[in-house]
Parts: sequence; C-alpha cells; structure tokens
Amino acid sequence: MILGVETSCDETAAALVTRGGEVLANVVSSQADLHARYGGVVPEVASRRHLELVVPVVREALAEANATLDDIETVAVTNGPGLIGALLVGLSAAKALAWARRLALVPVDHLHGHVASLYLEPEPVEPPFACLLASGGHTLLLDVRDHGGYRVLGTTLDDAAGEAFDKGARLLGLGYPGGAAIDRLAREGDAEAYTFPVARVPGLDFSFSGLKTALLYAVRDLPHGELERRRPDLAASYQRAIIRALVERVEAAASRLGAEQVAVVGGVAANSELRASLPAAALAPLPLCTDNAAMIASAARFVEAIPWPGYLAVDARASAA
Amino acid sequence: MEIESGSPEETEAVAARLAPRLAPGDVLTVSGELGAGKTTFVRGACRALGVREPVTSPTFTVGHRYDGHVPVSHIDLYRFAGVSAAEWGDLEPYFEDTVCFVEWPEAAAGALPPVRIAVTLRHVDADRRLIVLDAPAGMLEGVRSWTSSRSTPQRAS
Repeated sequence: MILGVETSCDETAAALVTRGGEVLANVVSSQADLHARYGGVVPEVASRRHLELVVPVVREALAEANATLDDIETVAVTNGPGLIGALLVGLSAAKALAWARRLALVPVDHLHGHVASLYLEPEPVEPPFACLLASGGHTLLLDVRDHGGYRVLGTTLDDAAGEAFDKGARLLGLGYPGGAAIDRLAREGDAEAYTFPVARVPGLDFSFSGLKTALLYAVRDLPHGELERRRPDLAASYQRAIIRALVERVEAAASRLGAEQVAVVGGVAANSELRASLPAAALAPLPLCTDNAAMIASAARFVEAIPWPGYLAVDARASAA
Repeated sequence: MEIESGSPEETEAVAARLAPRLAPGDVLTVSGELGAGKTTFVRGACRALGVREPVTSPTFTVGHRYDGHVPVSHIDLYRFAGVSAAEWGDLEPYFEDTVCFVEWPEAAAGALPPVRIAVTLRHVDADRRLIVLDAPAGMLEGVRSWTSSRSTPQRAS
C-alpha cells in the first residue's frame, strides 16, 4: 500500500491507499475548529503545527487501516506548490520514513493530487475529462487526458473562487468557513435580487476580484440597518455570480476540448449551487474535495517513483510547476 | 506622495513606474481594505519586474514566489492574527534576496524586516483609488508622471 502525506497549506494529512485505489485510511487533522474560534484568522499557520501533527496523523492512519509500517510499499508526499516551510515538514517526514525503511518515494504535485481524488475507488473517473479545480488557493481549468498529469487551460487572474466566497462572507459579516456560510444563507435569498458583474476576461481564465469589490459597494450603499434584511439576497446573488462564472467556463472548456466528461475537484466542489448547476459532472466525495492525503497517494499510483535513496535531494517548490 | 488612480489598469501602471527602482532585499508593505487594489498594485509591479505568470492573491496560499528579472515574493498575512516566532520561520525564506511585497502587513506589526516603501490604497469610489506611497527621499521621482497617452493625469492635491 501507499502512504500519502500532505502538508502544503493548513492541513496536516496522512492516508493509506492501495495500488488499486482503495482508500484504507484518510486522516486530516483539520484546523477548522481553530479557524472558527479566531473568526476566520489562522492563529498559527505554520510548520510548527504540522511538525506537531505529522507523526500523530501517520500513526492514526496506520491504526485506522489496521496496518503497520511494514505494510507500506511506497511513500507519496506533496512537494509543491505551497508554503515552503509547511511543505518541508511533510517532505522531510516522508523522506525520513522512506529512507529508513529503504522504500521508494513519489513527490506529488498538489494540483495533480486534487485531480487524482477522482481516481479513487469505489467510483473512479476515467480520463479524458475537462476538470475544474476550485479551492481557497487555486482556481484552474484543466485538460486531463491521462492519469499521469494535466494541462492548464485557464486560471484565475486574481482571487481564487474559494477566496471570493471567504472574503464575501467577511463583507457580509458571516462566520468561517465562508463558503459554507454563504451556501446556507443563499438558500433563503433571491439570487436575482442583485446583479453582480461576472468579469469578462478573454479565453478560459477567471477573475473574481471585481465581484468582491461590487459586493463591498452593495453592502456600503445599503441604508443603515438594512444589511440584516438583505443579507440572504446578497449572499444568493453573489454566489450566483461566482457559480455562473465557474459553470460558463467549465462548459466552454469542455466544448473546446470536445470532452464528453466534466469533473469538479477542490473545496468549492462542496457548493450546492455548483453541484446543482453541473448535474452530470463527476465529483469526488466531499471528504476528498478539500485538502487530504488520499488524493496524494492516489496521484502517486500514476507517477514514477524515485527508488531508495535517490530522493534525499528532492526539494519543496513554492510555485506551480 | 499621493496619486489618484481611476482604474485597476492605472493602479498597475503606477506600480510599474515604481518597480524599476526596486532591488532584491527591498520590502514593500501594501495596505488597504478588501477590494482596494492591493493585489492589482503588486501585479503591476511584478509585470514591470519581468514576471510573466498570473499574479494572484496569496490569501490562502500565504506566499507566492516568482522569477522575473529579479526574484519576487508576494506574501499575504490576511489570515494571520499576529506573527509568532514560529510563523516568522515560515515567512523568512520569502524575504531572502527578493523584492518582497507584503499584503495585510498589520498582522506582523514590528516583526517584518525594515520596510523600504509603504503603499496604502484607499477607496475613493467604486472605480477610483487613492494610492499613498511612503518611500525614502528621492526614490519616487517620476513615479507620478503619466506615460500613457490615452489618459490625462489625475493628481491628488
């Protein structure tokens, strides 16, 4: 089986996945409780937190799978893109474990990992497909022809879709996580009450920054005390604008590629309006949409492993490859 | 120095005129409310520094690195409540031999290396922003001058 380790951003995660793509354990030490406590601000982003958690999450994954270190054949780890210090914790832990046990190591691209969340059992998606990857940190349209990688068709030019949700929630005075808060409130509102501009950028790129500014001014222009009453309409209209931009672009990408299949990965895939707007799209199960290590182990099934001990010099990279 | 910008393009242009004066080791703070144009300003400077890839908001990813004519870092402390010694350890590599832009620098308070230029963006109305540049004497000469032929310079008092 493959041990996956992921520490590129906020989550410390470990998972055990078989060569065939069966998830035996998927442990994410979510910091969501901390986020909520500090009103949307991370008190300790950071490597120190990953350092404290990386061994416990690996232990827990082994326990959950009823396995031992002897059962691990390959170690897979995210080596970018991400926060350098955070990536280094997972990478160093993975290297140490693999090196000590003379195992091969697979450095995995975090974005490839998100795509590979679709290749896991019980309902693996087969390429080719057009893929929307939308999270707090990334919003990309990908052309996926085979399991081994992807080609970038478009990207956000400013804010990521998940970030647009989060900052919109902050402007509306909603709690964290912002995406879930807007999704919930939007169900009570009228999505046509406000017209928020969906930025027109050429090609298959996205822009959400102007939308955020439009919401800011809509909130500012409300008569005093009106926000409480208009909040559901604002949330619904704002969400509608984000989702419309995502759906239009992913459909344009699919038609350009002649792709018969569309898939959505990343945390924004949890949004109910997005799911309803793309009823035929392939979606990973919710726990695999947000950052996790099962997707990293899954990607490693399709990437050549570096045999022992040639991987000690593998470095973390901050930017996309 | 205060410069009024009438569009995101103008905000990028102001940053682009500032960029050639920057060198590795320079730290620039970029402050302002949500939607004020912080990432837009950084994008304009990055383009002029030779960065070709998309310059996007690092709010969730915390830090981006770009290779232009010089190494460029773009960090964002929006999600930070403060910067502890442990967190500083994560941020430090982004300052090493780079031109480093820091959005939402307030969280770091006194923890940042010495700041060369402090940029503040303020909302004037939906389109216009006031760009306030606080820099060493002489460094901003010519930054105000408008090079674009299609626009008339808009000057703040």
